[in-house]
Amino acid sequence: MFQNLSERLEGALKVIKGKHKITEINVAEAVKDVRKALVEADVNYKIAKEITERIKEKALGQKILIAVEPYQLMIKIVEDELAQLMGGQKADLMLTGSPAVVLMAGLQGSGKTTFSAKLANQIKRQGRQVLLVACDVYRPAAIEQLKTLALQIGVDVYSEPENNNPVAIAQNAIQYAKANHKNVVIVDTAGRLAVDEEMMNEIEKIKKAINPCEILFVVDSMTGQDAVNTAKAFNERLDFTGVVLTKLDGDTRGGAALSIRAVVEKPIKFIGTSEKIDGIDVFHPDRMARRILNM
Amino acid sequence: AGKSKVDEEVLDELENILISADVGVQTTLKIIERLEERVKRDKYLNTEELDKILREEIMALLQENKSADLADFEIPKLNHPYVIMVVGVNGVGKTTTIGKLAAQYHLKGKKVVLGAADTFRAAAVEQLKIWGERVGVPVIELGMGKEPSSVVFEAAKKASEMQADVLIIDTAGRLHNKLHLMNELAKMKKTIQKFIPDAPHEVLLVLDGSTGQNAVMQAREFTKTTDVTALAITKLDGTAKGGVVIGISDEFKIPVKYIGVGEKIEDLQVFNRAEFVDSLFKKN
Ligand SMILES: Nc1nc2c(ncn2[C@@H]2O[C@H](COP(=O)(O)OP(=O)(O)OP(=O)(O)O)[C@@H](O)[C@H]2O)c(=O)[nH]1
Ligand SMILES: Nc1nc2c(ncn2[C@@H]2O[C@H](COP(=O)(O)OP(=O)(O)OP(=O)(O)O)[C@@H](O)[C@H]2O)c(=O)[nH]1
Ligand SMILES: [K+]
Ligand SMILES: [Mg+2]
Ligand SMILES: [Mg+2]
Repeated sequence: MFQNLSERLEGALKVIKGKHKITEINVAEAVKDVRKALVEADVNYKIAKEITERIKEKALGQKILIAVEPYQLMIKIVEDELAQLMGGQKADLMLTGSPAVVLMAGLQGSGKTTFSAKLANQIKRQGRQVLLVACDVYRPAAIEQLKTLALQIGVDVYSEPENNNPVAIAQNAIQYAKANHKNVVIVDTAGRLAVDEEMMNEIEKIKKAINPCEILFVVDSMTGQDAVNTAKAFNERLDFTGVVLTKLDGDTRGGAALSIRAVVEKPIKFIGTSEKIDGIDVFHPDRMARRILNM
Repeated sequence: AGKSKVDEEVLDELENILISADVGVQTTLKIIERLEERVKRDKYLNTEELDKILREEIMALLQENKSADLADFEIPKLNHPYVIMVVGVNGVGKTTTIGKLAAQYHLKGKKVVLGAADTFRAAAVEQLKIWGERVGVPVIELGMGKEPSSVVFEAAKKASEMQADVLIIDTAGRLHNKLHLMNELAKMKKTIQKFIPDAPHEVLLVLDGSTGQNAVMQAREFTKTTDVTALAITKLDGTAKGGVVIGISDEFKIPVKYIGVGEKIEDLQVFNRAEFVDSLFKKN
């Protein structure tokens, strides 16, 4: 349905090739096409504007106007700019403390529970003792879901079906982990909206109670323009340490990745690539840049 | 306010509002163009007039819900169960919407039966059973890991025997680019038809209101395999606006029937075009 960036730029820059005199207006035209491509890929429109302003400056700075292949150069500038925006800091998981505590957070249905199990499995394979903690006391069968996944990978789950206080459950789980020689504790939480004051207070309290070394904000890669609001709000409350981008096995362009990275400046540490337990991967900024641009 | 010219600036501002509501570039341009045409005829409009025209244009893109003239949550009287199949990608809110929908029909005195055909996602059957208990309606299930078509067959059979008014079938979340999973849906649909030839009477595609432009692809692929008859947009209680459905409703001629506005049993509403358009322009 959407033209990819190459096609767009080809259109814009063909005009340039045809003319003898290349003008700044043509670059502006090409940059406008880039912006449109970004917005169609769900990059937040304000951020798309900022990015393309920078791209324009770079294009003019690199004398794209007198380049032999302005089209090639332009694409390279765009790709590099996006990859750099999403890269930067190295994004390893930092498991410190005994036990090392990882807290999951995010909107409803983003993939927290599934990812908790994927991560537990990966860490277990490194030879560590992992404990999964069921702190979603709201969603029907949430504990059962985590238990089912944990059983598949042979990891213990700490849960208190009769307790409806997630803060207390999380605290008790840490005690349990200490008593049972667990090195890593992964705390699954209920999905919540950033505007739900009570629920945001709750997760803030959970954080305070268990002092996690990693707080992972789990976000659906299909998210649209709202990704920036949500990421900002969760970050303000939790100062999270990394982002998990799920459901990338779909055909979404995933512009949310760029938006989130731009507003919170936190690294994307993992991606989710299937519903299955091994559907977890590290994030590749360059691949993501090409994906967003549909190249 | 006095008459003011509808200039670039006003249109730019409008464009920003629509884009940030996930309306999408193409649909936004379509709306702006239509607006410009109408403005051409009457160059000087006050903001109220402009606002009115804008809302009319967007409303026109949203398909009228044909059953809107029926009372809320009404279903036609048949001599077999009215079958609703609920489909969509992962985590959008299918199971929850089914629970809420079942509650509404149940409140209206209908005999509701649920079919647990998501036999894949961890604890999916358990989740639906809890909803069944909450509402007080039976759930037909064969447990986890069973062939979804077998569940559908069993559910259609049992619902018929029980002389249910409505059978709502929960299906596993699936990404629309996974051919084998989409084929599985088509197969489920055929299986129901073996038992109730004119079923499913409704195929409800659930879209997450915070989804961006990918929702268009979802609508396209699910429509191809299952002839989607209506849309439900969930999670509109958040800051996301769900504007992508405007283009979808227009392109595929599918009405939005319900919106989800929370996780509780009562948090399902019949879609109201005017209210939806209003909410697009509301600051969070
Ligand atoms: N295709 C695909 N599906 C995924 C991925 N990650 C999660 N899912 C699916 O997305 C749906 C939601 O996942 P959950 O793990 O239940 O999400 P959650 O954030 O825990 O949901 P709540 O607890 O309700 O907020 C399920 O159907 C998962 O199987 C992924 O990377 N790819
Ligand atoms: N805030 C809010 N949350 C919702 C709404 N509808 C569903 N949810 C939540 O979204 C999450 C996923 O809902 P489910 O009903 O499990 O979604 P699903 O489509 O059945 O998921 P899969 O079967 O895993 O594909 C749960 O935490 C629900 O409580 C809504 O309208 N508003
Ligand atoms: K909203
Ligand atoms: Mg969960
Ligand atoms: Mg479900």
